[in-house]
Amino acid sequence: MIHRPVKAIHVQDGKLSMAYLSTAFIALFIGALAGLLQTLVRTGKFNLPFGIGYYQILTAHGVLLGLVLTTFFIIGFIVAVQSKTCGAYRSKERILGWTGFWLMTVGVVITTVFILLNEASVLYTFYAPLQAHPGFYIGLTLVVVGTWVQSAAIFMRHARWRKENPNQTTPLLSFMSVVTMILWFVATLGVAATVLIQFIPWSLGIVDRIDVLVSRTLFWYFGHPLVYFWLLPAYMCWYAIVPKIIGGKIFSDSLARFAFLLFLLFSIPVGFHHQLLEPGIDPFWKYIQVVLTFAVAVPSLMTAFALFATFETRGRELGGKGLFGWMKKLPWHDVRFVAPFIGMVAFIPGGAGGLINASHQLNQVVHNTIYITGHFHLTVATTVILTFFGITYWLVPSITGRKLTPTINKLGIIQAIIWTIGMTIMSGAMHIVGLFGAPRRSSFSTYANNPDTLAWIPYQIAQAIGGSILFIGMLLMIGIFIYLALFAPKGEEEFPIAENRTNEPVPAVFENWKLWIGIGLALILFAYTIPFIDILKNAPPGSPGFKLW
Amino acid sequence: MHIHKYEKIWLIFGASTLLIFLIILGIGAFYFGTQPPSCLVTIDHEKVDSTPPFNEPGLKQIGENEYQFTIVASAFNYDVGEKDKIVQIPKGATVHFQITTKDVVHGFNIAGTNVNMMVEPGYVSTLTETFNKAGTYTAICNEYCGVGHHLMHATVEVIE
Repeated sequence: MIHRPVKAIHVQDGKLSMAYLSTAFIALFIGALAGLLQTLVRTGKFNLPFGIGYYQILTAHGVLLGLVLTTFFIIGFIVAVQSKTCGAYRSKERILGWTGFWLMTVGVVITTVFILLNEASVLYTFYAPLQAHPGFYIGLTLVVVGTWVQSAAIFMRHARWRKENPNQTTPLLSFMSVVTMILWFVATLGVAATVLIQFIPWSLGIVDRIDVLVSRTLFWYFGHPLVYFWLLPAYMCWYAIVPKIIGGKIFSDSLARFAFLLFLLFSIPVGFHHQLLEPGIDPFWKYIQVVLTFAVAVPSLMTAFALFATFETRGRELGGKGLFGWMKKLPWHDVRFVAPFIGMVAFIPGGAGGLINASHQLNQVVHNTIYITGHFHLTVATTVILTFFGITYWLVPSITGRKLTPTINKLGIIQAIIWTIGMTIMSGAMHIVGLFGAPRRSSFSTYANNPDTLAWIPYQIAQAIGGSILFIGMLLMIGIFIYLALFAPKGEEEFPIAENRTNEPVPAVFENWKLWIGIGLALILFAYTIPFIDILKNAPPGSPGFKLW
Repeated sequence: MHIHKYEKIWLIFGASTLLIFLIILGIGAFYFGTQPPSCLVTIDHEKVDSTPPFNEPGLKQIGENEYQFTIVASAFNYDVGEKDKIVQIPKGATVHFQITTKDVVHGFNIAGTNVNMMVEPGYVSTLTETFNKAGTYTAICNEYCGVGHHLMHATVEVIE
C-alpha cells in the first residue's frame, strides 16, 4: 500500500523550518565532534593532529552548539508551530523568514571560517582584550541581524492572527513564540551594542583601545537571557505539546502564559551573577541582581507544578492508583514523551545548581571551575537538547509528509538512554572535580605536578568516557534526523498540539505587550543604570588588542 | 486566573525558600561583610611594573601572622616574587591578596580554597584568606587567556 504524504503545515513553511533544522543538525555534528576531541585532549593521552589548537576547537564547540545549534533549531521549531497554530505565513512574511535564514547562515559560515583559520580562538564569549579577526565579529553580527529579520516575521504573523480574530485568545504556542523572540531581541541589543560600537571598530583598527569591563557587562546582559532563550522553546514543548502526546490536556493556559511573561521580566536584569568575581563592579549591585536571579526561579517552579499535575491527572484517568501509581501509566514506550521527560528530570539538579552558582558568595567556590561546565551540560545539553531531540521525532516527519516508524521510535529511546548515561558520567565528573578547583576552558596540564592538580586526571578520563558515549549518541541522532527527513515512509504524522483542560478565559492584559516590555525595560534600567554609570565613570585606561594564540 | 490550591501551597513554599536563601546571602554580605571580591581600585595596566606595590611582587609580612601577597599576572605567568614560583606561608596566617594583570583577563584560583578572583586589565583584585590547613596548594589561571593558559600556575606551601 502506498501512502500519500500529508504535510502538517503549509509546504513552503515546512521548507523554511527544515532549512533551519538541517543547519542546526550540521552544527550539532561539527560541534559535538569538537566536544569529543576536547574531552580526549584533557585525558593527557591524546594530541590533536595537523596543528589544530585545543582552544580553536573549544571556540568552535561553543559557537556551533551554544549559538548555532540552539538558535537555528529554536527558530525552525517556532516557524513550524506558528504556521500550525496561526495558519500559514503570507509570502511577504516568508520572504522575511528566508532573508533571516540566509543572513544567519552566511554569518555562521564567515565566523566558522575564521575559527578554522585560527584567526579567532577567543572562545564563544570573545572576552576583550583578546582580539579576533574582524570577520569573526562581522559573521556574528550577521547571525544576530538575521534573527531580527526572522523575528519580524514571527511578530507580524501573531499580530495578523489577532487582527483576523478580534477579541479571541491567541494560540498559546504563538504567544509563547512571541515572548521568546521578544526576550531574544531585547537581550541581543546588549551584544549588538558591544560588537558594533566596541569590537568591530577596535578589531578593524579604527579605534586603538577597548573598555574591557563595559564589553563584559554588555556581553553578560545578553549572556544570561541567552540561556532562557534556549530554555523557553523546551518549555513550549512541555506546556503545550507533551500533554497531547500523553493524551492529556494543558493544565492551565493562563498560568503558562503568566510563567512566560515572568521569564520575560526576570531573565534579563541578572547578568551580574556571571560577573560576581569581577573587581570593577560594586557588590551592592551584584547582590541586587542576585535577588532578581532568584526571582526567575519562580516561573520554573510554576512550570514544574503544571507538568507534574498534567502527568498525574492523565495517569489517574488511565487508572493509576496510589501516591505514585499514576507514573506507571505514562507512555514510557513513546520517545516523543521519554526524551523531553528525561530533560525535565535533569532540570531538577540543573536548576538547583543554578541557584548555587548565583548565590553571591557561594559562587566563589565554583566560579570558572569545570563545575560550571558540568552545570550547563545538564541544563542546555540535557534538558534543552533532549527536548529538542524529542521534538525532532514528530516535527520532521509531520512537516515533510512522512511517518515516525516504530523502529525509529525504539532507536530514539535508545538514543535518549545513551545520551543520559554519557551525560551523567561526563557532567557528574565535571561537577565533582570542579568542586576540587579544576578549571573550565583549559587544555590538559599537570601544572606544577603537585598532588592536588594531578588528582584531577582520573576525573578527566571519566569525562572522556562520558564524552565518547555522547558522541555515539550524537551520531545516532544525526542518522535518525537524516532518515526522518529523507527516507522514512511517506504518510501522515501527528503534529501534537494540546487542548486546554478548562475554558477559563485568559486575562486580556497578557497580550498587552507595551505593558510587559515596559516593565521589563524598567527592571533593566533599575538593575543596570547606576552600576553602568559607575563602570564608565571609574574606567581605567582602555586596552589594545592581544592575539595570544 | 484560577490557581489550584496545591499550586498555591507549592509556590508559597518555593518562594519562601528562595526568600530565606536570599536573606542568608544578604546577612552574609551586609552584616558579616562577606562580599565577592570587588575592590573597585583602578590602575594603568601598562605601568604595572612601576606602580607600587606591583613593582615589587611577593609575600610581605605586615603584622603578626599577617601578610600582604602581591601578584602580577601576565600571559602566561604569575609573578609571585620567587623564581621557582613557590611561596611558603605559615599555617594560620592571614593573607591579603592583591593582584593585577599587565595584558589580558586572567583568573586566580588557589585550588581547594576560597581564593578565586577574576583579574582584569586596569583593575586591582583583592581578597583575604586565612590558611588553617597545612599542605601544598596550586594556584591556577581559570580564565582563558591564550594558547598557554593551562601552563599558568604557582605553588603555595602552607607550612607548620
